[in-house]
Amino acid sequence: MMEDIEHIEKEMKLINADGSRLDGRKPDELRPVRIEAGVLRRADGSAYIEWGGNKVLAAVYGPREAHPRHLQDPARALVQCRYNMAPFSVSDRKRPGPDRRSVEISKVISEAFSSVVFKEQFPRTSVDIFIEVLQADAGTRCAGLTAASVALADAGVPMRDLVTSCASGKIDGVVCLDLNKEEDNFGDADCPMAIVPRTGEIVLLQMDGHLTFDEFQKAMVLSIGAATRLYELQRDALRRRYSVTLEDILKESPPARAPPARELDQELDRDREVEPEPPLPPEDDFGAEGI
Amino acid sequence: MVIPGEAVGGPGLKPGPGTYSEGGQLFAAQLGIRNERDGLVSVIPLNGRYIPLRGDAVIGEVTDLGPSHWLVDINSPYPAPLHATESPWRVEFGDTARYLKVGDVIMCHVLSVDEIKRVQLTMQEREAQRLNGGMVIEISPTKVPRVIAKQGSMLTLVRDLTHCQIYVGQNGRIWLDGDDRDTAIAAQAIRLIGERAQAFGLTEAVRELIESARRETRGPRPS
Repeated sequence: MMEDIEHIEKEMKLINADGSRLDGRKPDELRPVRIEAGVLRRADGSAYIEWGGNKVLAAVYGPREAHPRHLQDPARALVQCRYNMAPFSVSDRKRPGPDRRSVEISKVISEAFSSVVFKEQFPRTSVDIFIEVLQADAGTRCAGLTAASVALADAGVPMRDLVTSCASGKIDGVVCLDLNKEEDNFGDADCPMAIVPRTGEIVLLQMDGHLTFDEFQKAMVLSIGAATRLYELQRDALRRRYSVTLEDILKESPPARAPPARELDQELDRDREVEPEPPLPPEDDFGAEGI
Repeated sequence: MVIPGEAVGGPGLKPGPGTYSEGGQLFAAQLGIRNERDGLVSVIPLNGRYIPLRGDAVIGEVTDLGPSHWLVDINSPYPAPLHATESPWRVEFGDTARYLKVGDVIMCHVLSVDEIKRVQLTMQEREAQRLNGGMVIEISPTKVPRVIAKQGSMLTLVRDLTHCQIYVGQNGRIWLDGDDRDTAIAAQAIRLIGERAQAFGLTEAVRELIESARRETRGPRPS
Protein backbone atom coordinates (compact mmCIF):
# COMPACT_ATOMS: atom_id res chain seq x y z
CA MET A 1 0.00 0.00 0.00
CA MET A 2 1.23 3.47 -0.81
CA GLU A 3 1.97 5.51 2.24
CA ASP A 4 1.38 9.19 2.46
CA ILE A 5 5.04 10.10 2.74
CA GLU A 6 4.29 13.72 3.52
CA HIS A 7 2.86 12.77 6.88
CA ILE A 8 5.35 10.22 8.14
CA GLU A 9 6.68 11.57 11.34
CA LYS A 10 10.33 12.48 11.13
CA GLU A 11 12.41 10.16 13.26
CA MET A 12 15.57 12.21 13.05
CA LYS A 13 16.18 14.15 16.27
CA LEU A 14 18.43 17.07 15.44
CA ILE A 15 18.51 18.74 18.85
CA ASN A 16 19.45 16.80 21.98
CA ALA A 17 17.57 17.08 25.26
CA ASP A 18 20.20 19.50 26.62
CA GLY A 19 19.72 21.86 23.70
CA SER A 20 22.97 20.92 21.95
CA ARG A 21 23.09 19.80 18.34
CA LEU A 22 24.12 16.44 16.85
CA ASP A 23 27.75 17.49 16.62
CA GLY A 24 27.64 18.98 20.12
CA ARG A 25 27.49 22.60 19.07
CA LYS A 26 25.31 25.22 20.71
CA PRO A 27 22.67 26.83 18.46
CA ASP A 28 24.82 29.92 17.93
CA GLU A 29 28.11 28.13 17.41
CA LEU A 30 30.13 27.94 14.19
CA ARG A 31 31.93 24.87 12.97
CA PRO A 32 35.73 25.15 13.18
CA VAL A 33 37.06 27.35 10.36
CA ARG A 34 40.58 27.60 9.02
CA ILE A 35 41.59 29.90 6.16
CA GLU A 36 44.86 30.09 4.31
CA ALA A 37 45.72 32.73 1.70
CA GLY A 38 48.05 32.45 -1.27
CA VAL A 39 48.01 28.69 -1.73
CA LEU A 40 48.29 28.60 -5.53
CA ARG A 41 51.30 29.93 -7.44
CA ARG A 42 49.83 30.40 -10.91
CA ALA A 43 46.71 32.33 -9.96
CA ASP A 44 46.92 36.06 -9.17
CA GLY A 45 45.29 35.41 -5.82
CA SER A 46 44.08 32.32 -4.00
CA ALA A 47 42.76 30.99 -0.74
CA TYR A 48 41.82 27.70 0.84
CA ILE A 49 39.20 27.25 3.50
CA GLU A 50 38.25 24.38 5.73
CA TRP A 51 34.90 24.94 7.36
CA GLY A 52 33.70 21.97 9.32
CA GLY A 53 33.58 19.21 6.70
CA ASN A 54 33.83 21.66 3.81
CA LYS A 55 37.06 21.99 1.88
CA VAL A 56 37.01 24.72 -0.70
CA LEU A 57 39.68 26.26 -2.91
CA ALA A 58 39.27 29.71 -4.45
CA ALA A 59 41.40 31.34 -7.15
CA VAL A 60 41.24 34.80 -8.66
CA TYR A 61 42.63 36.06 -11.96
CA GLY A 62 42.69 39.57 -13.15
CA PRO A 63 41.76 42.20 -13.90
CA ARG A 64 42.53 40.73 -17.31
CA GLU A 65 41.32 41.16 -20.86
CA ALA A 66 37.69 40.03 -21.04
CA HIS A 67 36.95 37.29 -23.53
CA PRO A 68 34.85 36.97 -25.63
CA ARG A 69 35.25 40.59 -26.70
CA HIS A 70 31.53 41.35 -26.97
CA LEU A 71 31.16 40.81 -23.23
CA GLN A 72 33.54 43.68 -22.46
CA ASP A 73 32.00 46.70 -20.83
CA PRO A 74 33.68 49.95 -21.93
CA ALA A 75 32.88 51.59 -18.60
CA ARG A 76 33.73 48.95 -16.00
CA ALA A 77 35.18 45.53 -15.29
CA LEU A 78 33.13 42.35 -15.31
CA VAL A 79 33.14 40.23 -12.22
CA GLN A 80 32.72 36.64 -13.29
CA CYS A 81 32.52 33.65 -11.04
CA ARG A 82 32.50 29.91 -11.50
CA TYR A 83 31.39 27.74 -8.62
CA ASN A 84 32.12 24.11 -9.25
CA MET A 85 31.81 20.95 -7.21
CA ALA A 86 34.35 18.20 -7.71
CA PRO A 87 32.81 14.83 -8.64
CA PHE A 88 34.20 13.43 -5.40
CA SER A 89 32.94 16.24 -3.18
CA VAL A 90 29.74 14.46 -2.19
CA SER A 91 28.96 10.87 -1.20
CA ASP A 92 27.21 10.01 -4.48
CA ARG A 93 29.40 10.95 -7.39
CA LYS A 94 28.43 14.37 -8.62
CA ARG A 95 28.07 14.47 -12.37
CA PRO A 96 30.81 16.87 -13.44
CA GLY A 97 30.03 20.11 -15.22
CA PRO A 98 27.76 23.04 -14.54
CA ASP A 99 24.20 22.24 -13.51
CA ARG A 100 21.23 24.37 -12.57
CA ARG A 101 22.37 24.69 -8.99
CA SER A 102 25.98 25.64 -9.61
CA VAL A 103 25.05 28.12 -12.34
CA GLU A 104 22.75 29.84 -9.87
CA ILE A 105 25.37 29.89 -7.13
CA SER A 106 27.95 31.28 -9.54
CA LYS A 107 25.56 34.05 -10.47
CA VAL A 108 24.69 35.12 -6.93
CA ILE A 109 28.33 35.01 -5.83
CA SER A 110 29.52 37.11 -8.76
CA GLU A 111 26.79 39.63 -8.00
CA ALA A 112 27.83 39.75 -4.36
CA PHE A 113 31.43 40.59 -5.34
CA SER A 114 30.29 42.95 -8.06
CA SER A 115 29.01 45.31 -5.40
CA VAL A 116 32.31 45.59 -3.53
CA VAL A 117 34.94 45.61 -6.30
CA PHE A 118 35.90 49.01 -7.73
CA LYS A 119 34.93 48.02 -11.24
CA GLU A 120 35.26 51.49 -12.77
CA GLN A 121 39.03 51.41 -12.29
CA PHE A 122 39.43 48.67 -14.88
CA PRO A 123 37.20 49.27 -17.90
CA ARG A 124 36.97 46.50 -20.51
CA THR A 125 38.50 43.86 -18.26
CA SER A 126 37.19 40.96 -16.25
CA VAL A 127 37.96 39.70 -12.79
CA ASP A 128 37.54 35.95 -12.76
CA ILE A 129 36.81 34.06 -9.58
CA PHE A 130 37.00 30.30 -9.45
CA ILE A 131 35.56 28.35 -6.54
CA GLU A 132 36.25 24.65 -6.41
CA VAL A 133 34.48 22.60 -3.79
CA LEU A 134 36.68 19.65 -2.94
CA GLN A 135 34.53 18.31 -0.14
CA ALA A 136 31.01 19.41 0.67
CA ASP A 137 29.23 19.36 4.00
CA ALA A 138 26.49 22.01 3.66
CA GLY A 139 27.23 25.71 3.44
CA THR A 140 29.67 25.44 0.53
CA ARG A 141 28.50 28.66 -1.07
CA CYS A 142 29.25 30.55 2.13
CA ALA A 143 32.61 28.84 2.51
CA GLY A 144 33.40 29.50 -1.15
CA LEU A 145 32.42 33.14 -0.91
CA THR A 146 34.45 33.66 2.26
CA ALA A 147 37.51 32.08 0.65
CA ALA A 148 37.03 33.92 -2.64
CA SER A 149 37.04 37.27 -0.91
CA VAL A 150 40.39 36.43 0.70
CA ALA A 151 41.65 35.37 -2.74
CA LEU A 152 40.41 38.63 -4.23
CA ALA A 153 42.29 40.68 -1.63
CA ASP A 154 45.36 38.48 -2.16
CA ALA A 155 45.20 39.26 -5.89
CA GLY A 156 45.38 42.97 -5.10
CA VAL A 157 41.99 43.75 -6.62
CA PRO A 158 40.73 47.08 -5.24
CA MET A 159 37.54 46.60 -3.25
CA ARG A 160 35.54 48.35 -0.57
CA ASP A 161 35.78 45.57 1.99
CA LEU A 162 36.09 41.83 2.34
CA VAL A 163 32.84 39.94 1.99
CA THR A 164 31.96 37.48 4.70
CA SER A 165 29.27 34.86 4.50
CA CYS A 166 27.51 32.47 6.81
CA ALA A 167 24.24 30.57 6.76
CA SER A 168 21.64 30.19 9.48
CA GLY A 169 18.67 27.90 9.50
CA LYS A 170 15.97 26.19 11.48
CA ILE A 171 16.23 22.65 12.79
CA ASP A 172 13.57 21.02 14.94
CA GLY A 173 11.95 24.45 15.21
CA VAL A 174 15.08 26.08 16.65
CA VAL A 175 16.95 28.81 14.76
CA CYS A 176 20.59 27.75 14.53
CA LEU A 177 23.79 29.06 13.00
CA ASP A 178 25.80 27.30 10.29
CA LEU A 179 23.93 24.04 9.57
CA ASN A 180 25.93 20.93 8.77
CA LYS A 181 24.92 18.28 6.25
CA GLU A 182 22.48 16.34 8.44
CA GLU A 183 20.87 19.50 9.76
CA ASP A 184 20.56 20.88 6.25
CA ASN A 185 19.04 17.68 4.88
CA PHE A 186 16.60 17.01 7.69
CA GLY A 187 16.06 20.52 9.05
CA ASP A 188 13.27 22.94 8.25
CA ALA A 189 15.04 25.86 6.60
CA ASP A 190 18.43 27.12 5.51
CA CYS A 191 19.22 30.77 4.87
CA PRO A 192 22.69 31.69 3.55
CA MET A 193 23.67 35.34 3.58
CA ALA A 194 26.76 37.40 2.74
CA ILE A 195 27.63 40.61 4.48
CA VAL A 196 30.02 43.51 3.98
CA PRO A 197 31.17 43.64 7.60
CA ARG A 198 32.22 47.27 7.73
CA THR A 199 28.87 48.67 6.63
CA GLY A 200 26.61 45.75 7.48
CA GLU A 201 25.35 45.73 3.91
CA ILE A 202 23.84 42.44 2.74
CA VAL A 203 25.10 41.34 -0.67
CA LEU A 204 23.65 37.84 -0.82
CA LEU A 205 20.51 36.48 0.74
CA GLN A 206 18.79 33.25 -0.13
CA MET A 207 16.37 30.99 1.66
CA ASP A 208 15.44 27.37 1.30
CA GLY A 209 12.39 26.40 3.38
CA HIS A 210 10.25 28.64 5.50
CA LEU A 211 11.05 31.01 8.34
CA THR A 212 8.60 33.34 10.04
CA PHE A 213 9.59 36.99 10.20
CA ASP A 214 10.74 36.64 13.81
CA GLU A 215 12.73 33.52 13.02
CA PHE A 216 14.29 35.25 10.03
CA GLN A 217 15.36 38.20 12.15
CA LYS A 218 16.90 35.86 14.65
CA ALA A 219 18.72 34.02 11.86
CA MET A 220 20.04 37.30 10.56
CA VAL A 221 21.39 38.32 13.97
CA LEU A 222 23.16 34.95 14.21
CA SER A 223 24.69 35.27 10.74
CA ILE A 224 25.83 38.82 11.28
CA GLY A 225 27.42 37.84 14.58
CA ALA A 226 29.25 34.98 12.86
CA ALA A 227 30.37 37.30 10.07
CA THR A 228 32.39 39.45 12.46
CA ARG A 229 34.19 36.35 13.73
CA LEU A 230 34.85 35.10 10.19
CA TYR A 231 36.04 38.58 9.17
CA GLU A 232 38.81 38.33 11.76
CA LEU A 233 39.82 34.91 10.43
CA GLN A 234 39.96 36.29 6.89
CA ARG A 235 42.09 39.24 7.93
CA ASP A 236 44.33 36.97 9.93
CA ALA A 237 44.85 34.70 6.91
CA LEU A 238 45.91 37.68 4.80
CA ARG A 239 48.26 38.98 7.48
CA ARG A 240 49.90 35.59 7.86
CA ARG A 241 50.36 35.35 4.10
CA TYR A 242 52.44 38.52 4.00
CA SER A 243 54.46 38.11 7.15
CA VAL A 244 56.55 35.14 6.11
CA THR A 245 60.20 35.30 6.93
CA LEU A 246 63.17 35.24 4.63
CA GLU A 247 63.84 31.58 5.37
CA ASP A 248 60.34 30.67 4.28
CA ILE A 249 60.88 32.31 0.93
CA LEU A 250 64.26 30.73 0.36
CA LYS A 251 62.97 27.26 1.04
CA GLU A 252 59.77 27.82 -0.88
CA SER A 253 58.91 26.26 -4.21
CA PRO A 254 60.66 22.94 -4.17
CA PRO A 255 58.58 20.78 -6.50
CA ALA A 256 55.98 18.56 -4.86
CA ARG A 257 57.46 16.33 -2.21
CA ALA A 258 56.79 12.61 -2.16
CA PRO A 259 53.35 12.15 -0.61
CA PRO A 260 53.70 11.82 3.15
CA ALA A 261 52.82 8.50 4.61
CA ARG A 262 50.77 9.95 7.44
CA GLU A 263 47.18 10.87 7.09
CA LEU A 264 46.26 14.14 5.44
CA ASP A 265 44.11 15.34 8.31
CA GLN A 266 46.99 14.92 10.68
CA GLU A 267 49.22 16.92 8.44
CA LEU A 268 46.74 19.76 8.31
CA ASP A 269 46.25 19.72 12.05
CA ARG A 270 49.89 20.05 12.69
CA ASP A 271 49.46 23.73 11.97
CA ARG A 272 52.80 24.62 10.46
CA GLU A 273 55.07 23.00 12.96
CA VAL A 274 58.72 23.23 12.14
CA GLU A 275 59.73 20.28 10.11
CA PRO A 276 63.13 19.72 8.57
CA GLU A 277 62.75 20.46 4.89
CA PRO A 278 64.35 18.05 2.44
CA PRO A 279 67.39 19.54 0.69
CA LEU A 280 66.45 21.86 -2.13
CA PRO A 281 66.75 20.52 -5.63
CA PRO A 282 68.61 22.94 -7.88
CA GLU A 283 66.25 25.78 -8.53
CA ASP A 284 64.86 25.95 -12.01
CA ASP A 285 64.90 29.62 -12.69
CA PHE A 286 64.22 29.55 -16.37
CA GLY A 287 61.49 27.10 -17.21
CA ALA A 288 58.71 27.90 -14.86
CA GLU A 289 57.73 31.43 -15.69
CA GLY A 290 59.77 32.70 -18.62
CA ILE A 291 57.92 35.09 -20.87
CA MET B 1 49.96 46.62 6.61
CA VAL B 2 46.30 47.23 5.84
CA ILE B 3 43.53 45.03 4.47
CA PRO B 4 40.68 46.23 2.22
CA GLY B 5 38.00 47.92 4.32
CA GLU B 6 40.39 48.91 7.08
CA ALA B 7 40.24 52.54 8.25
CA VAL B 8 43.38 54.42 7.21
CA GLY B 9 42.56 57.97 8.21
CA GLY B 10 39.98 60.45 9.39
CA PRO B 11 38.78 63.82 8.20
CA GLY B 12 41.44 66.30 7.08
CA LEU B 13 43.38 63.69 5.13
CA LYS B 14 43.08 63.26 1.39
CA PRO B 15 42.49 59.87 -0.24
CA GLY B 16 45.37 58.79 -2.46
CA PRO B 17 45.84 55.71 -4.64
CA GLY B 18 44.62 52.48 -3.06
CA THR B 19 42.16 54.21 -0.74
CA TYR B 20 38.61 55.53 -0.88
CA SER B 21 36.60 57.87 1.29
CA GLU B 22 33.16 57.33 2.70
CA GLY B 23 31.45 59.69 5.10
CA GLY B 24 34.63 61.66 5.80
CA GLN B 25 36.58 58.53 6.73
CA LEU B 26 39.29 56.96 4.61
CA PHE B 27 39.51 53.23 4.02
CA ALA B 28 41.97 50.94 2.29
CA ALA B 29 40.82 49.60 -1.06
CA GLN B 30 43.72 47.26 -1.52
CA LEU B 31 45.90 44.95 0.48
CA GLY B 32 49.09 46.89 1.05
CA ILE B 33 51.25 49.16 3.13
CA ARG B 34 49.76 52.39 4.46
CA ASN B 35 51.68 55.49 3.53
CA GLU B 36 51.01 59.08 4.58
CA ARG B 37 52.67 62.14 3.09
CA ASP B 38 51.57 65.80 3.26
CA GLY B 39 48.06 64.86 4.34
CA LEU B 40 47.67 62.41 1.48
CA VAL B 41 47.07 58.82 2.53
CA SER B 42 47.80 56.08 0.05
CA VAL B 43 48.12 52.31 0.15
CA ILE B 44 51.07 50.81 -1.68
CA PRO B 45 49.68 47.54 -2.98
CA LEU B 46 51.47 44.27 -2.26
CA ASN B 47 50.06 42.57 -5.30
CA GLY B 48 48.16 43.41 -8.44
CA ARG B 49 48.24 43.71 -12.19
CA TYR B 50 50.11 46.33 -14.16
CA ILE B 51 47.88 49.19 -15.29
CA PRO B 52 49.65 51.30 -17.93
CA LEU B 53 50.46 54.92 -17.12
CA ARG B 54 51.66 57.56 -19.57
CA GLY B 55 55.42 57.75 -19.71
CA ASP B 56 56.14 54.36 -18.15
CA ALA B 57 59.08 52.41 -19.53
CA VAL B 58 57.88 48.88 -20.25
CA ILE B 59 59.28 45.70 -21.70
CA GLY B 60 56.91 44.16 -24.21
CA GLU B 61 56.71 41.15 -26.43
CA VAL B 62 55.43 41.50 -29.97
CA THR B 63 52.36 39.29 -30.39
CA ASP B 64 50.92 40.36 -33.73
CA LEU B 65 51.74 42.40 -36.81
CA GLY B 66 49.56 44.78 -38.79
CA PRO B 67 50.50 46.60 -41.98
CA SER B 68 51.34 49.75 -40.04
CA HIS B 69 51.58 48.65 -36.41
CA TRP B 70 52.68 45.94 -34.03
CA LEU B 71 50.60 44.57 -31.20
CA VAL B 72 52.66 44.30 -28.07
CA ASP B 73 51.94 42.34 -24.92
CA ILE B 74 52.97 44.54 -22.01
CA ASN B 75 51.73 42.25 -19.25
CA SER B 76 48.62 44.34 -18.61
CA PRO B 77 44.91 43.66 -19.12
CA TYR B 78 44.95 45.90 -22.18
CA PRO B 79 46.39 45.21 -25.65
CA ALA B 80 48.98 47.81 -26.62
CA PRO B 81 49.63 48.77 -30.25
CA LEU B 82 52.90 50.32 -31.37
CA HIS B 83 52.33 52.35 -34.51
CA ALA B 84 54.96 52.32 -37.24
CA THR B 85 55.36 56.11 -37.01
CA GLU B 86 56.28 55.70 -33.35
CA SER B 87 59.08 53.27 -34.13
CA PRO B 88 62.69 54.44 -34.53
CA TRP B 89 62.71 53.24 -38.16
CA ARG B 90 61.24 54.46 -41.41
CA VAL B 91 58.74 51.70 -42.03
CA GLU B 92 57.07 51.31 -45.43
CA PHE B 93 53.38 50.43 -45.27
CA GLY B 94 53.08 46.64 -44.99
CA ASP B 95 56.76 46.22 -44.23
CA THR B 96 56.50 45.95 -40.44
CA ALA B 97 57.81 42.38 -40.35
CA ARG B 98 61.25 43.55 -41.49
CA TYR B 99 61.78 45.40 -38.23
CA LEU B 100 59.99 43.45 -35.51
CA LYS B 101 58.66 39.92 -35.65
CA VAL B 102 56.25 38.06 -33.41
CA GLY B 103 58.16 37.02 -30.30
CA ASP B 104 60.63 39.91 -30.38
CA VAL B 105 61.12 41.69 -27.10
CA ILE B 106 61.28 45.46 -27.03
CA MET B 107 61.95 48.19 -24.55
CA CYS B 108 59.40 50.95 -25.16
CA HIS B 109 57.35 53.65 -23.44
CA VAL B 110 53.67 54.26 -22.94
CA LEU B 111 52.76 57.16 -25.22
CA SER B 112 49.19 57.64 -24.06
CA VAL B 113 46.38 56.05 -22.10
CA ASP B 114 42.86 57.41 -22.53
CA GLU B 115 39.90 57.17 -20.18
CA ILE B 116 38.77 53.81 -21.49
CA LYS B 117 42.35 52.60 -21.14
CA ARG B 118 43.25 52.48 -24.81
CA VAL B 119 47.03 52.28 -24.76
CA GLN B 120 49.54 53.49 -27.32
CA LEU B 121 53.25 52.77 -27.21
CA THR B 122 56.23 54.65 -28.53
CA MET B 123 59.83 53.80 -29.26
CA GLN B 124 60.93 57.39 -29.83
CA GLU B 125 62.64 57.67 -26.43
CA ARG B 126 66.37 57.35 -26.14
CA GLU B 127 66.62 53.96 -24.44
CA ALA B 128 63.87 52.38 -26.53
CA GLN B 129 65.19 49.47 -28.54
CA ARG B 130 64.75 45.92 -29.61
CA LEU B 131 66.31 43.63 -27.00
CA ASN B 132 68.40 40.90 -28.56
CA GLY B 133 69.49 37.85 -26.60
CA GLY B 134 69.44 37.84 -22.82
CA MET B 135 66.47 36.65 -20.82
CA VAL B 136 63.29 38.16 -19.49
CA ILE B 137 61.94 37.42 -16.02
CA GLU B 138 58.67 38.58 -14.56
CA ILE B 139 58.01 39.86 -11.06
CA SER B 140 54.96 41.48 -9.56
CA PRO B 141 54.69 45.01 -11.03
CA THR B 142 54.07 46.35 -7.52
CA LYS B 143 57.63 45.30 -6.59
CA VAL B 144 59.36 47.22 -9.37
CA PRO B 145 60.12 50.31 -7.22
CA ARG B 146 61.99 48.02 -4.81
CA VAL B 147 64.07 46.48 -7.56
CA ILE B 148 65.11 49.95 -8.65
CA ALA B 149 65.18 51.51 -5.15
CA LYS B 150 66.26 55.07 -4.33
CA GLN B 151 68.16 56.58 -7.27
CA GLY B 152 68.46 53.09 -8.70
CA SER B 153 70.72 51.96 -5.88
CA MET B 154 69.50 48.36 -5.76
CA LEU B 155 69.67 48.03 -9.51
CA THR B 156 73.20 49.45 -9.54
CA LEU B 157 74.19 46.96 -6.86
CA VAL B 158 72.94 43.96 -8.83
CA ARG B 159 74.43 45.33 -12.04
CA ASP B 160 77.85 45.91 -10.47
CA LEU B 161 78.04 42.59 -8.66
CA THR B 162 76.92 40.44 -11.59
CA HIS B 163 78.27 42.52 -14.51
CA CYS B 164 74.92 42.05 -16.24
CA GLN B 165 73.08 44.45 -18.44
CA ILE B 166 69.66 44.97 -16.88
CA TYR B 167 66.56 46.80 -18.03
CA VAL B 168 63.57 47.09 -15.73
CA GLY B 169 60.10 47.75 -17.12
CA GLN B 170 57.40 49.28 -14.94
CA ASN B 171 55.23 46.35 -16.02
CA GLY B 172 57.27 43.93 -13.91
CA ARG B 173 59.32 42.51 -16.76
CA ILE B 174 63.06 42.59 -16.35
CA TRP B 175 65.50 41.91 -19.12
CA LEU B 176 68.96 40.61 -18.22
CA ASP B 177 71.95 39.89 -20.36
CA GLY B 178 75.46 38.80 -19.51
CA ASP B 179 77.47 35.71 -18.73
CA ASP B 180 75.16 32.68 -18.33
CA ARG B 181 76.03 32.11 -14.68
CA ASP B 182 75.88 35.77 -13.81
CA THR B 183 72.51 36.11 -15.49
CA ALA B 184 71.20 33.21 -13.44
CA ILE B 185 72.51 34.77 -10.25
CA ALA B 186 71.09 38.17 -11.13
CA ALA B 187 67.72 36.56 -11.89
CA GLN B 188 67.77 34.85 -8.52
CA ALA B 189 68.66 38.11 -6.78
CA ILE B 190 65.81 39.94 -8.47
CA ARG B 191 63.37 37.20 -7.52
CA LEU B 192 64.51 37.62 -3.94
CA ILE B 193 63.89 41.36 -4.09
CA GLY B 194 60.47 40.75 -5.61
CA GLU B 195 59.49 38.33 -2.90
CA ARG B 196 61.00 40.15 0.04
CA ALA B 197 60.22 43.69 -1.04
CA GLN B 198 59.11 44.86 2.40
CA ALA B 199 62.03 43.39 4.35
CA PHE B 200 64.54 45.32 6.38
CA GLY B 201 68.14 44.93 5.33
CA LEU B 202 67.13 43.81 1.89
CA THR B 203 70.18 45.35 0.25
CA GLU B 204 72.49 43.36 2.51
CA ALA B 205 70.55 40.14 1.88
CA VAL B 206 70.82 40.66 -1.85
CA ARG B 207 74.54 41.41 -1.66
CA GLU B 208 75.10 38.30 0.40
CA LEU B 209 73.04 36.13 -1.96
CA ILE B 210 74.96 37.30 -5.01
CA GLU B 211 78.37 37.04 -3.38
CA SER B 212 77.81 33.55 -2.00
CA ALA B 213 76.35 32.39 -5.29
CA ARG B 214 79.34 33.73 -7.15
CA ARG B 215 81.73 32.08 -4.73
CA GLU B 216 80.01 28.74 -5.28
CA THR B 217 80.04 28.93 -9.03
CA ARG B 218 83.61 30.06 -9.27
CA GLY B 219 85.94 27.56 -10.85
CA PRO B 220 86.95 26.78 -14.37
CA ARG B 221 84.68 28.88 -16.52
CA PRO B 222 83.49 27.39 -19.78
CA SER B 223 85.25 29.21 -22.58
